[in-house]
Amino acid sequence: MTTDLVARFQKRFVRSATIDIDFVQSTTGFSVTALIGPSGCGKTTMLRCLAGLTRPDQGTIQFRGRTWFDSTTKTELSPQQRDIGFLFQDYALFPHLTVEENIGFGLRHLTDAERRSRVTEILKQFDLKGLERRLPRQLSGGQQQRVALGRVLVRKPKLLLLDEPLSALDALLREQLRGELRQILADFGTPVILITHDRVEAISLADRVAVMSAGRIEQIGTIQEVFTRPSNASLARLVGVETVAPGEIVDTREGLATVSVGSASVLAVAPSTQTRLVHVCIKGEDVSLCRELTGPTTVRNQLPAIIKSLTPEGPLVRVVLDCGFELTSLITRPASDDLQLHVGKCVTAMIKAPAIHLIPRSV
Amino acid sequence: MEWGAVWLTMRLALIVTMILFALGLPLAYWLAMTRWRGRFLVEAVVALPLVLPPTVLGFYLLVAMGPHGPLGLVANRLFGIRLPFTFTGILIGAVLFNLPFAVRPFAAAFAGMDRKLIEASWCLGVSRFETFCRITLPLCWPGILTGLILTFAHTVGEFGVVLMVGGNIPGVTRTLSISIYDSVQGLDYASAGQTASVLLAFSFIVLCVTQWLGQRGVAT
Repeated sequence: MTTDLVARFQKRFVRSATIDIDFVQSTTGFSVTALIGPSGCGKTTMLRCLAGLTRPDQGTIQFRGRTWFDSTTKTELSPQQRDIGFLFQDYALFPHLTVEENIGFGLRHLTDAERRSRVTEILKQFDLKGLERRLPRQLSGGQQQRVALGRVLVRKPKLLLLDEPLSALDALLREQLRGELRQILADFGTPVILITHDRVEAISLADRVAVMSAGRIEQIGTIQEVFTRPSNASLARLVGVETVAPGEIVDTREGLATVSVGSASVLAVAPSTQTRLVHVCIKGEDVSLCRELTGPTTVRNQLPAIIKSLTPEGPLVRVVLDCGFELTSLITRPASDDLQLHVGKCVTAMIKAPAIHLIPRSV
Repeated sequence: MEWGAVWLTMRLALIVTMILFALGLPLAYWLAMTRWRGRFLVEAVVALPLVLPPTVLGFYLLVAMGPHGPLGLVANRLFGIRLPFTFTGILIGAVLFNLPFAVRPFAAAFAGMDRKLIEASWCLGVSRFETFCRITLPLCWPGILTGLILTFAHTVGEFGVVLMVGGNIPGVTRTLSISIYDSVQGLDYASAGQTASVLLAFSFIVLCVTQWLGQRGVAT
């Protein structure tokens, strides 16, 4: 209890939905929680309330047994007193200060020598050597992002809040930095809460996902839980990927990877980055079902499966299958009736190789 | 040229500028940052001297500074001085009359700043005051300098309020613009022309400097 972040608060707005947060996160050791949801759902407001930049109307925020905010006792710690690191979406680097001065900005309380050694360490770690005297506008997007992150991490904060850390970068760089970022954060061992509206980013960076919609956290759990078992149909649409399973690339040949996932093995297009461990992501609409194979087809993956559950969702049926790993298929209701599907029935699940998306993961 | 009037005017303008630097910065910062709904009232009061005839402000000040006026009573009780027709009197008048020339450029500079930079500094554990000194001031200096220069120049040219509150006492309240008026009254056009041309050149240079600073402010 005392090692947790416990936030239960409300913030009302005139023109948009009330933010009503009930959020608990263990803060022992490294973990990354991603807040995902459509824009305007209150992700940034939640993060700002945790940082002390926005005052909730009601409720409490406690961190490791210390009260950060309590509306009943009128307690409110300033951002300075919370010992957090906040990374702004566009980095908010100080334009009149050099890279070195930006990174050392929050270290005034240290002696000169100590400050210099901490800054040098960060410069080395973030591959910014030689750029010490540059101004932010003389840096590339990726360099700016590293300076901003370094400036936050050099103070060794107890909690890290990142507002869309990769969104200001171009697509190519974003892909490259996704994996690196998780590694950097893991090295510092600080608990992280980050905002993203990109599910690939959530899957590659986070351990835990909180899905927000209209000011509330609708579901919170591990990546597998949230993506494969959304608690209702509207969340399922929001997360958009029905199957996310950990897999391992065992062989790559001519751009195609053989991935072992659970006790099964699938063929997929190999990811652009060198990696062995991946998340295997498959959208429900890309999985088709048939009773028995009739002849040769272009579909590379044909997996024998047992139906574990059938859930009607409007005109569709959500079919959860066991084919060595848990696989979800979305099919139409007439199709389900034609095949006479029922729980326990054996079918063949068919997935085209290009429909399987591999996202690198680290341990 | 009356060198006494030059010296008096410079002294007045310098002190007014320093007072408005100290008073105007916090007021402008508050105006730029507050979300209070009644802010427009304060903004209107600050801007009032822009549209109010100097004689109107001067008249009210003179009444207030009189022996039975609130300002006059306070000055007499606390410091044992009287205000009308003294240097302190025209100083108070000039400070009030120049309020918009200092506060409005300051507030515009603060309001134009990216608020996230301030918040980023807070989140790095740096106090509000230190953030103001290390982030806000260095980034807003062109606007602040513009306000100070405008205040200084405007005080040098101030006429109506000074005449109403201070009259025309050589060495005490007789500033450059009043000495021009005085010369013309005495039909001494040569002296008036000389002083006027000095003030014209001064004002032109000042405006060139502020425009140039404005350009720089946009560029960086």
